[in-house]
Amino acid sequence: MPDAAALTVEGTSADLTSRAAAKRAGSILPLGVHGLVYAVGGKRLVNIDRLTLQPGAPTVILGPNGAGKSLLLRLMHGLIEPAQGTVLFNGQPMSPAIRRRQAMVFQRPVVLRRSVRANIDYALAAHRLRGTKRHRRLDELLEMGGLSAMAHQPARSLSGGEQQRLALVRAVAAAPELLFLDEPTSSLDPGATQRIEALVRRFAQDGMKIVMVTHDLGQARRLADEVVFMHRGRIAEQTPAAAFFDEPASQAARDFVAGGLLV
Amino acid sequence: MQDFADSLLLSLNLIVSGNPELWSIVLLSLRVSLTAVALAAVIGMPLGAALAVGRFPGRPAAIVLVNALMGLPPVVVGLVVYLFLSNSGPLGVLQLLYTPTAMIIAQVVLVTPIIAALTRQVVEDLDAEYAEQLRSIGVSRLASVPTLLWDGRISLLTALLAGFGRAIAEVGAVIIVGGNINHVTRVMTTTIALETSKGNLALALALGTILVVIAIAVNAAVGLIGPASQRIAHA
Repeated sequence: MPDAAALTVEGTSADLTSRAAAKRAGSILPLGVHGLVYAVGGKRLVNIDRLTLQPGAPTVILGPNGAGKSLLLRLMHGLIEPAQGTVLFNGQPMSPAIRRRQAMVFQRPVVLRRSVRANIDYALAAHRLRGTKRHRRLDELLEMGGLSAMAHQPARSLSGGEQQRLALVRAVAAAPELLFLDEPTSSLDPGATQRIEALVRRFAQDGMKIVMVTHDLGQARRLADEVVFMHRGRIAEQTPAAAFFDEPASQAARDFVAGGLLV
Repeated sequence: MQDFADSLLLSLNLIVSGNPELWSIVLLSLRVSLTAVALAAVIGMPLGAALAVGRFPGRPAAIVLVNALMGLPPVVVGLVVYLFLSNSGPLGVLQLLYTPTAMIIAQVVLVTPIIAALTRQVVEDLDAEYAEQLRSIGVSRLASVPTLLWDGRISLLTALLAGFGRAIAEVGAVIIVGGNINHVTRVMTTTIALETSKGNLALALALGTILVVIAIAVNAAVGLIGPASQRIAHA
């Protein structure tokens, strides 16, 4: 587990450091999933007996389309309600305080109809950061995302990659302990993907727990420390990334890694 | 034909010469309709937003009702407001009948459903896009309403202009509750109706011309706002 002091992203202000210190007292990790079922029309789209995500290096959730990866992410982040089961954060159910310590970036970036700067400021205001600390943090985040030069542009005028970088730095505005990423580079070109991955690596190095969904094997190899492989709504395996790519345990994972068509 | 041409020339003369009677009617019309739209916005926007983001029993029926009320017949609204404001009505003690205030009330009743219904649609569309993101940031459903209204402001301006178009062009309700009293409650539409029946086509045509110009201006504003919004920074 990383030093909790490093939970703040690089160059953050003192209040965020103190917030990180507060986290030492009560981390929201590990994240535990127990008997989680999500069903539509009687069909179980997610059906997970047990899953535990420890603090530390990035976990990548892999699997073919329709495996339930994005649903699992939404269930863990509390955006949808399960039919059965629980998601616990260090033993505690979701609460406003726990929500404030996690964030999510979506496959299609959702940017508010405001300037780039106002988008980030919105998140900082929602987390009740005020005054000069807020301004300083805002500038840090713009710099971090490589967005300083376009701070006053309408966010919707940015390219897809720039919008996703904005969504990413906005998500980490209050230095969350846990960051969910739902295929954030699925519609981006290699250059834009590289910049997003660099940011993700930086957040992970700073101690943020990354839980990322992708079906891009290359990306999983580049970023994952641990792989959770899903197939047909279930966890087929949860294993260190190196072991997963060297010798997948399940037949479905072997087929997936080998490039077979999994249905 | 000669009569029409003469009337047209006379009407243009009334407009360009700054005829005080004509312009006092125009100004009263604008005052009544702009006030009504402002009040309808204060009521209709929160109502529309509540219908968009709220989840409560009877919501689908409430949405159907608000949509249906967009097509309220003005004379029926005029009649109902008349009954409320007449001496024997529940609000008769206020002595508002045949005043501009009564006309404003009638127009508020007519315009509020338009603004509420259009606001609901705008906010609901935006909410479908923003809901998960705002929830992820930690913004509650209730707290998301100002955000949705602000981010939908360009579309909501269109709703306001649509409401204004309805109010300024309306005649049935204001003639019932206003009484079309000269220099008191006579507005463009009621004057056009009266002067046409009297055969005074010049004043009717002059007011009609101004009304059409206002209608075109409102529509032009709606058309220009969309593209302009793409260019301006949404700070």
